[in-house]
Amino acid sequence: MFVTQAFAQDGETTDHQPVTAEGANVTHHEGTISPDEHGEGFPPFNPEYFPSQLLWLAITFGVFYWLLKTVIMPRIGGILENRRDRIALDLEAAERMRSDADEAKAAYEQELTEARNRAHSIAQDARETAKADAEKERKRLDAELDEKLEAAQARIGEVKRSALGEVDGIARDVTDTILRQVANIEASQDEIASAVNQAGS
Amino acid sequence: MAYDPTDPIHQFQINRIVPIRIGDWDFSFTNSALFMVLTVAVTAAFLYYTTRGRGLVPSRGQSITELTYEFTANMLRDAAGTAGMKFFPFVFSIFMFILVANLFGMFPYFFTVTSHLIVTFALAMLVMAVVVGYGFTKHGLKFFKLFVPEGVPGILMPLVVLIEVVSFLSRPVSLSVRLFANMLAGHITLKVFAGFIVSLSAFGALGILGSILPLLMVVALTALEFLVAALQAYVFAVLTCMYLNDAIHPGH
Repeated sequence: MFVTQAFAQDGETTDHQPVTAEGANVTHHEGTISPDEHGEGFPPFNPEYFPSQLLWLAITFGVFYWLLKTVIMPRIGGILENRRDRIALDLEAAERMRSDADEAKAAYEQELTEARNRAHSIAQDARETAKADAEKERKRLDAELDEKLEAAQARIGEVKRSALGEVDGIARDVTDTILRQVANIEASQDEIASAVNQAGS
Repeated sequence: MAYDPTDPIHQFQINRIVPIRIGDWDFSFTNSALFMVLTVAVTAAFLYYTTRGRGLVPSRGQSITELTYEFTANMLRDAAGTAGMKFFPFVFSIFMFILVANLFGMFPYFFTVTSHLIVTFALAMLVMAVVVGYGFTKHGLKFFKLFVPEGVPGILMPLVVLIEVVSFLSRPVSLSVRLFANMLAGHITLKVFAGFIVSLSAFGALGILGSILPLLMVVALTALEFLVAALQAYVFAVLTCMYLNDAIHPGH
């Protein structure tokens, strides 16, 4: 239905399009747009406004294109480029820092190993010196003890000897006392000594 | 002069705002021109304003701008390769212009610039002019290889060439009619259903109850129209990219 109407309209408008008086008439009634308002058929197919639409489209789209091409798109492109650069830079820095960290870690680990080895050897040395010292001390003590033991034994021997020497005297005294007290016998010192010697041997 | 408020065609009416007449031509500043200016001004202002901070970390508005920019850049690069990037400003302008013009049409009482065939046809012809102009300046007569696909047997060649030529010539028509018809049909459908609401509510309580149905329909259609508005801008831009690819690589 629209199509037939539009076609009819098309015919009609093309009929009176070349008549400039009609157009002039319309421009006269700028406030009263009633002639266009109704009875003009299907507006999108009305060629009356084609030149106006084309001109204004050309102007607006031309300005739009120019604005985008010269001002806006370089700006957006710049922002994106800037961001891409920044990200690439940051990534590079991060990569560098990581390799630095890896290096530091390797160095640290190496140092740690060295230190551990050193500590180990120091400990080993210390242990060995300590052992040697202990051994020496032990030997010294042993020798000292041996010495003391010998001295003690010598003294014991002496004491024993002197004690044994005194035993005869004691035995004589005891014999003399027993003879005097128990048997009431008076014996000379010589007799007692020979008797003790006899019993002792 | 009362017009029918439910008239679905009225929204496409063009009115003169500032009558301008040069010779026999009527170049009046109309509501259509007003909305072209608005489309351009709002889009350019938005793109300019949102990128004012040049943020390394984008704000919300800058994100939208960057997304549309990169979206269009990827679309063009996918279709026409890196050689096509010299047309990026052109494709981006077309895409943004049609997208915003379509979306402007979704506001009540706003004029839809792209609902007029002459506008979409002019845009399509502009694309074709760029394609043909670039094709000939870059490749000279080799541009005609576009119509001669490789690997076609000799007997079929005339037929294939004929088909290719016809399909090439119909490109501006299909490109413009697709956008125009989608915007026109969508807005008419919306208005028709909206008109049902008005007409039905005139029939008392039962009518008001019955008008719920077309109301739901209008809500659903509005959502659909937003989709169509964005989709048609995308389709137009994608096809532009593909046609540009033909101009850059005519040998397929």
